[in-house]
Amino acid sequence: MFWLLAAAVVLWPLLVVAEFKPWQLLDPGSMKPALRFLADFVPPRMDGEFLLLVARETWRTVAMATAGLVLALFIAAPLTLLSVRALSVSGLAGQMAAGPAAIRFMVRGLLVVLRSVPELIWALVFVRVVGLGPAAGVLAIALTYGGMLGKVYGEILESGDPHATVALLRNGAGRVQAFFYGMLPENAAELTSYTVYRWECAIRSSAVLGFVGAGGLGQQMDSSMKMFNGAEVSTMLLVFIALVAATDRISAWLRKALG
Amino acid sequence: MQLSLDHADVRHPAARPGAAPALRAFDLRVDSGEHIAVIGPSGAGKTTLLHVLACAMKPSAGKFEIDGRDPWQLPRRELQRLRGELFLAPQVPPLPPRQRVVTAVLAGRLPRISLAHSLRSLFYPTGIAQADAALARFDVQDKLFARVDRLSGGERQRVGLARALLARARLLLVDEPLSALDPSRAGQAIASLTAAARESGATLITTLHDVPMALRSFPRILGLRDGALMFDLPAQQVDAERLRALYAQRLDELQGAAPLDEPPAERPAPVVMHCR
Repeated sequence: MFWLLAAAVVLWPLLVVAEFKPWQLLDPGSMKPALRFLADFVPPRMDGEFLLLVARETWRTVAMATAGLVLALFIAAPLTLLSVRALSVSGLAGQMAAGPAAIRFMVRGLLVVLRSVPELIWALVFVRVVGLGPAAGVLAIALTYGGMLGKVYGEILESGDPHATVALLRNGAGRVQAFFYGMLPENAAELTSYTVYRWECAIRSSAVLGFVGAGGLGQQMDSSMKMFNGAEVSTMLLVFIALVAATDRISAWLRKALG
Repeated sequence: MQLSLDHADVRHPAARPGAAPALRAFDLRVDSGEHIAVIGPSGAGKTTLLHVLACAMKPSAGKFEIDGRDPWQLPRRELQRLRGELFLAPQVPPLPPRQRVVTAVLAGRLPRISLAHSLRSLFYPTGIAQADAALARFDVQDKLFARVDRLSGGERQRVGLARALLARARLLLVDEPLSALDPSRAGQAIASLTAAARESGATLITTLHDVPMALRSFPRILGLRDGALMFDLPAQQVDAERLRALYAQRLDELQGAAPLDEPPAERPAPVVMHCR
């Protein structure tokens, strides 16, 4: 009882600050337009012309996510190779040398900067640089996801069994050789499944990026929302669900192929 | 390859500051082309000795020289090149489970080939004949294209030894090559290993739990106990008396099978995936 009261005392000011007033949801004034918008959702708009448009925009979204992720890979792969401790030649016998340790520290810092700026902010920046359209989305996804992939790849590689990699390094192999002959086969399935999962995230986030003018399904959804066209929104949401389900299947299939 | 250890102390990097060193005041001279077996109860420092000789661990005191040079004074690049001329085969064969045997064996020659060549060889192995010959010496050539995780423990160990042959190293340091092999396989593996070392003129140092096998196959025997060298004798002069002294209180190990020094690591916990 005491704890319940204590929790209430602590939570109440927080709820006030957050302007949490759930009864507003049930207010007839806000209920009616919301219900009308939701009622529009069924049936989804399915005529040929609109479906063609959605298909084209879907393709553009997938292309944007894929291109962004490939660019992110180009950013993440070299940074990962530089930052993984287990690939350190000087760290083989105890302490890592000062120079390599400093490089590692700087690479990790760069990864933090890349991923701490949300892709939405990057997109707003790039919309001003390269103009409205998918190019801004691609660049935004590439930078943020490069930072995330670099960090998580590093963690996957460091938490895997380093025995094979260290043995190769001890026998005189180079860092990149040790990576391809020891570390990659040891961790390939985890890396692949994380990358596919990130691709799924990129597809979802490219929808959000569309709202700031980066093109694709998101931009289409934004304009439908503004016109309170629930039927179009629900069609596009269905397409999103299908896309996410498809990436799930692809991930499972790739894991099986590599497992 | 000539090796010399002069009053060397070796501590594990992770050891507590007050702990006794793994090797104490260790003196050793090894001439080119010698074949040496290191015996002693577990925890005696046999593996540590191999690690020091392989430049994988740095002595905390004393002198260590390879061909008259201290490897730890060399620039890093030179040291790594020198490591390419040594080969340390750990007790648990360091083979990634999803790799094909041919690739795992050919990984032994990585220090000798360029990066571009090694990447090409990942897709189209460029030394299948060599890998096959090395595997044939240990009678596992039928597994050439099998995946490592489809092999038994003994087959894996023999694949690890085949990799050592591909390295064409001038110094072979082999840790417990027989721990997963049955007696007839063990005899064949040791014969192949010593024959290969003799052909290439390489120095061969192995640790062994199988004392009779060590005495049969190696001309020079080092007895280690508690990080110190108990004896360094030709095999004929190692008698039952010395062995009993070496294995005092651990007589079961004199006959028994080799215990695994480093158990295979457990599968790492899956990485948490971060996403909003």
